[in-house]
Amino acid sequence: MSGVQTGPGVFAGARPGRARPARDARRRGGEAAARRRDGAWPWLFVLPLFTGIAVFYLVPIAQTLFYSFTEWGVFGGWTFAGLDNYARLLSGRELLPALGNTLLYTGIVLLGIPIAVWLASLLNTPGLRFASLYRVLFFLPYIAMPTAVAMVWRMIFNGDYGIVNWLLSLVGIDGPYWISTPGIAMGAVAVVGLWSSIGFALIVLRAGLKNIPEELYEAAEIDGASPWRRFRAITVPLLTPSIFFVLVITIISSFQLFDLLYAILGSRNPILPKSMSLVFLFYQAGFVDGEKGFAAAVAMFILVLIGLVTLVQFRLQRRWVHE
Amino acid sequence: MSEAIRPTRLRRRGRRGSHVIPHLVLATGGLLMAFPFVWQLVMSLSTNAEVQSLVPVFWPAELQWQNYATVFERLPFLDQLRTSVVITVIRTLAQILLCTLAGYAFARMRFRGRGVLLALTLSILMVPSQVYLISQYQIVQGLGWLDSIAGIVAPGLFSAFGTFLMRTAFLNLPPELEEAARLDGASPIRIFWSVMLPLARPSISVLAITAALWSWNELLWPLVVSTYQTQMPLSAGLATLVSDRNNTDYPVIMAASMLAMAPILLLFIVLQRRVIDGLAFSGLK
Repeated sequence: MSGVQTGPGVFAGARPGRARPARDARRRGGEAAARRRDGAWPWLFVLPLFTGIAVFYLVPIAQTLFYSFTEWGVFGGWTFAGLDNYARLLSGRELLPALGNTLLYTGIVLLGIPIAVWLASLLNTPGLRFASLYRVLFFLPYIAMPTAVAMVWRMIFNGDYGIVNWLLSLVGIDGPYWISTPGIAMGAVAVVGLWSSIGFALIVLRAGLKNIPEELYEAAEIDGASPWRRFRAITVPLLTPSIFFVLVITIISSFQLFDLLYAILGSRNPILPKSMSLVFLFYQAGFVDGEKGFAAAVAMFILVLIGLVTLVQFRLQRRWVHE
Repeated sequence: MSEAIRPTRLRRRGRRGSHVIPHLVLATGGLLMAFPFVWQLVMSLSTNAEVQSLVPVFWPAELQWQNYATVFERLPFLDQLRTSVVITVIRTLAQILLCTLAGYAFARMRFRGRGVLLALTLSILMVPSQVYLISQYQIVQGLGWLDSIAGIVAPGLFSAFGTFLMRTAFLNLPPELEEAARLDGASPIRIFWSVMLPLARPSISVLAITAALWSWNELLWPLVVSTYQTQMPLSAGLATLVSDRNNTDYPVIMAASMLAMAPILLLFIVLQRRVIDGLAFSGLK
């Protein structure tokens, strides 16, 4: 679990609650307090939280930006390094493999979204029994401790006696050493990522399906639309806001791949240098090699990358997301 | 069932065809999703030879329950479990207290600087955690809190997401009760505590389970601030276990993993109806 958290409200723009303050309250004749200030009380309510947010989050963000222009010695002192860290980053020697691996992982995990759309529409079949059992089964991997499930996946993918290679041997294929072969290891990690995130997509999409009026389907049926046609013309377009939400969240969290990679490969795995994700590169630089300046530059890169990709998605939103 | 309802039910059933295909697909998918958990359980009850046999042993010759006892003997498991429980309880309670207070003020009170403070708090939602990790580490180091519960817990006491969640919850509550209480001369803290908090209970439970789940599973931060296995939470403890070459007693590792996951999974299964949707929308991973 890491990093960016968000909720539907972030996407909803103006929520109904937003317009509520003074004017509406006056109109309802209720609050004589429309102009009232609450004196010192609000500060007592807000300051405990905000002090912590400022100390542990806001100041550190500014500090990391500053650190990204510095160089750190072995004994903890720093010197100003200008753009050196960024030059090293953009030379691509470390960045490109990490970025490539992260994008590969993200691409495979995103395959879960169309599958989840299909599963959600099946789950939404009126009167379907065991629907809540199915929901739980699909959702469990999403909330299970990543390092704990990584243990079993390491065994499943084991090159000598793992169940995957045993299944492959039944059809005459000699399976690879999944966890110690560069490239293939990232594929294995991505399969686990797909397994653990599909439940999230399923739940969100199913909630979206619940909001599609039944009458639309009935009307389409009277007009003689086939089930496939109904799915294409009603379900998918009306589900696009939910699909958009899932897409944005999935990309943000996939770009921050760390836990599964670290736990499945193990920190002493010889192929690690070739199998880094962006966050792994950050961790390695900042907390293993003690290069905090470079790590800060990597963190800034992750911030900008996620920001840009999310921005592009919102720009493209108008083209395909149903209002 | 009255006669009037029957035909529509039949027609609906007819409209989407029978339930065979949905059940077939969902049951197959569900089994695939559940398989790793089941497999982990089976391996945790096997011998090491069975786990490493070339043909998978789907049911051990004899259930090796002592693997679970071994977990407590051999690993720093109890220490790690205690750490996990303590940090999860502290963070969850702290987030409930701090986020409801702040969320309430942001939603219902008027004061100078409210917009700025709110915008600053919410801006954190957009920033990936790596961006503040280095400085957080230095703060904790400066306070002498490395390798301590305080160090692991500190940054996670404060949650921008929780504040956002609670503010939304309070915005959506009707104002009448609050006004009635105010006319009766209740103080703001009294109104908050006895009138508003009970009304916000559903959102508070989503906040609580979100905080607990995140705290229990989190890896990167505990890994960074704790060096000794005895002081890590389970999430970091299991991850470092893998890198230990001498640790090849796989059934015991599987048993430890099962035990580490169990509390959260059970909690979730008990609370699922209430929480599943709220959780999904928080997109907390």
